[in-house]
Amino acid sequence: MGVEGIGARVVRKEDKRFITGKGRYTDDHKVAGMMHAAFVRSPHAHAKIKGINKSAAEAMSGVEAVLDGKQLTGDAIGNIICGWMVHSKDGSPMNMGAWSALATETVRYVGDAVCIVIAETLEEAKAAAEAVEVNYDVLDAVVKATDALKDGAPQLHPEAKNNLIFDWEIGEEEATDAAFNKAAKVVELDIRNNRLVPNPMEPRAALVQYDTAEDHLTLHTTSQNPHVARLVLSAFYNVAPEHKLRVIAPDVGGGFGAKIYIYPEEIACLWAAKRLGVSAIKWTADRTEAFLTDAHGRDHVSKAKMAFDKDNKIIGFKIETVANLGAYMSLFSSATPTYLYATLLSGQYNIPTIHANVKTVYTNTVPVDAYRGAGRPEATFLVERMMTKAARELGEDPAELRRKNFIRSFPHQTPVIMNYDTGDFDASLDAAMEAADYKGFAKRRDEAESRGKKRGIGMSCYIEACGIAPSAAVGSLGAGVGLWESAEVRVNPVGTVEILTGSHSHGQGHETTFAQLVSDRFGLPGENVQIVHGDTDKVQFGMGTYGSRSGAVGMSAIVKALDKVEAKAKKIAAHLLEAAEGDIEIKDGEVLVKGTDKKLAWHEVCLGAYTGHNLPEGMEPGLKEGAFYDPANFTFPAGCYICEVEIDPDTGTTEIVQFVAADDFGQIINPMIVEGQVHGGVAQGIGQAMMENAVYDDEGQLISASYMDYQMPRAGDLPSFQVSHQTTPCTTNPLGIKGCGEAGAIGSPPAVINAITDAIGTERFVMPATPHRVWQAINGGEGHDIAGAT
Amino acid sequence: MSKVNITVNGKATSATVEDRLLLVDYLREGRNLTGTHVGCDTSQCGACLVMVDGKAVKACTMLAVQADGTEVQTIEGIATDGNLHPMQEAFRENHGLQCGFCTPGMIMTGIDMVNRHGTDLDEKTIREDLEGNICRCTGYHNIVKSIAAGAKAMAN
Repeated sequence: MGVEGIGARVVRKEDKRFITGKGRYTDDHKVAGMMHAAFVRSPHAHAKIKGINKSAAEAMSGVEAVLDGKQLTGDAIGNIICGWMVHSKDGSPMNMGAWSALATETVRYVGDAVCIVIAETLEEAKAAAEAVEVNYDVLDAVVKATDALKDGAPQLHPEAKNNLIFDWEIGEEEATDAAFNKAAKVVELDIRNNRLVPNPMEPRAALVQYDTAEDHLTLHTTSQNPHVARLVLSAFYNVAPEHKLRVIAPDVGGGFGAKIYIYPEEIACLWAAKRLGVSAIKWTADRTEAFLTDAHGRDHVSKAKMAFDKDNKIIGFKIETVANLGAYMSLFSSATPTYLYATLLSGQYNIPTIHANVKTVYTNTVPVDAYRGAGRPEATFLVERMMTKAARELGEDPAELRRKNFIRSFPHQTPVIMNYDTGDFDASLDAAMEAADYKGFAKRRDEAESRGKKRGIGMSCYIEACGIAPSAAVGSLGAGVGLWESAEVRVNPVGTVEILTGSHSHGQGHETTFAQLVSDRFGLPGENVQIVHGDTDKVQFGMGTYGSRSGAVGMSAIVKALDKVEAKAKKIAAHLLEAAEGDIEIKDGEVLVKGTDKKLAWHEVCLGAYTGHNLPEGMEPGLKEGAFYDPANFTFPAGCYICEVEIDPDTGTTEIVQFVAADDFGQIINPMIVEGQVHGGVAQGIGQAMMENAVYDDEGQLISASYMDYQMPRAGDLPSFQVSHQTTPCTTNPLGIKGCGEAGAIGSPPAVINAITDAIGTERFVMPATPHRVWQAINGGEGHDIAGAT
Repeated sequence: MSKVNITVNGKATSATVEDRLLLVDYLREGRNLTGTHVGCDTSQCGACLVMVDGKAVKACTMLAVQADGTEVQTIEGIATDGNLHPMQEAFRENHGLQCGFCTPGMIMTGIDMVNRHGTDLDEKTIREDLEGNICRCTGYHNIVKSIAAGAKAMAN
């Protein structure tokens, strides 16, 4: 592998700028003549706009303009789209309501944008925004998805009767019902997956520059996928044609899904700059705005039942889920609770038949979309809570019940679309049990009991799907885009290399990991490799980074382009060295003829490609190749997490005393970076299980809209993690990579809750496991409202 | 409006500022020192942490006029003669950062911990003393390792 090749723990190239304060995030950019934007937002969850009085605001010092939704739609700015068409089980298309970047007649959640104010300074813009008088006719609001479906509930969109967006199903209902009819035992589970706020530490921001002479816009923005942003802004929102719009995602401070989407603020700033002829406008969210407007995650309520035969083998699984999509359909909101969720309900297990029904619902809350894991955490929480509850009811050890039902033959076709190419579920379970000293738990429980503490252990054997996926397949399921990735490898005449990638790094360390592919291939030092990303003027196109796709899809595209570069370099070298092409080898920065002492330095071959003085007959000069890679299948990272907790029954305080992660990510390029992804993902999963909760009151006010009220995991809440890897390489991409970005957040919540329920001896328990709730559960308070927003 | 004289990273600076101007905005907008970040509005996240007369201060919680006459050190000012501060180096060596947004505040907090507790820091102390800093990427595992290693390196 070499010191900087595949498998090496290479220290990150990008770190120097971040540790010295030289990172350049969107808000760090300033340009001459830059004006500032602030938004007038609805203070009501549901209301009609009766009138807007802008005159006081417009007269204030420094104010350039106050623009509203009627002006926006009057300029033919398109409504915000959902990029994935899902059909109800009766074949009808989803019932999508209109979403204008600035509300025109109705506001549907607290924070819904009504006006954009442009002023010379940020203070002036904010002061003017407060001076805009919006006259509202307040309507009743509904915040819980299950309430929104009830007769008489407030109606959000005329297109969606009873607030139902679609009523979708997957699997065979009749076959599943038949399985339940012959079951020896049926285990039932009511479950809620709590609503979360992604909370990347850098708030969203946009800096628009408008060149009036060229009629050209440049947008610096906090995006995980700048090319997709440009496409959507051009094709659907009409802010500018693609060749007149450059989108740059510079250093981006975390994403976790929340920065996939194209939000009203970017649209409004672009439109305003062009309409007003203003050379530059900047908007940066404050944290409360982030809570109020970033797409939230999860928010499912499910009822599930699992059928077992007399040998405790699963024979059927049935699930009904209601998913809250908030006030409008965000970009991938329809795919998250369907194709990214229900397709994973087979977990690691042989299940002959599954049926899942998913209803998606409008409510007067922030739009809900993909957040780290996106559907797979919801599926895993359901399956893995069910397996542990079943083990307890069937009198089996949770590990043994899982083992009894593991899939061991691959490829494996599940009843819910997915075809698992490879895996070794016993290996990760064994590794986790060994690392956690599972056998020694009883002794530790006794010891804790002697100190008056309740100790519990819980596991979760997750599988998820990454690297989404063959473009034709996702297209047939309703996706509006292909989900391939592109790469270009530019070898310079002096032998240094630039990789242009459509993936985008916002913490994942691409500048290091991607360079390792070049080091591995050509034996070049990482410092001779530059990764270029995040700029639509530099990289032709790309789908960006989400769904743990940069490794499995992004790096596969780089490998394909490197293959072409290597082939051409070998042809040139064979010609120069008068050898057969098949005898040429590239190693340690040299190009050799195998078995001889004939060789050229790498840069001599590169220079030869560019001088063109002595190339093979008919060969074009230069050494630059591009590739598009369209995956053949999803990839399937899997693993086992074991959590051990100790609870103080007097206070309900839970301490995680041990957390073990055993993951199979296939081939790993940089173990240091992969471990970091697991640490961060597990922390977010523990956050979901024990702390985080987006809480709306009945009027639709988000009462957890700051770090004072929404509990982010802090260092003192978490243990150090024990992480290991078991490897079965993915069979469908050239590097054998499965992906590692989301597994931690997917696998950990059920492990935590299985441990807590083990310690306190009750199953009816709703995340997050705050001390108050744990204390209530210990003291017999079982009446938690599963559908509850709190 | 008030005139302030603040020494920033060893350099005398002065400006006439609005009384309501926060120190973090003085640094970011006035001095173009954008390594100090704003991650929340409620003094919770610690991304804006700087040293004021050698003590850790959240720059979103202090007015520029309150910093009049003080010496302020930011993330841009801790490397000396082109050499990284040992705490900076430790974050790089131990993969103590991912997106980098909270990192300046984390590094400054690490240095402050050494100032207060010395160079031999155990995990419990580090985790407790990180109470005022939020990271969403790393799960803190490698930040804890980085600060312990950085503290040790500062002893030498």
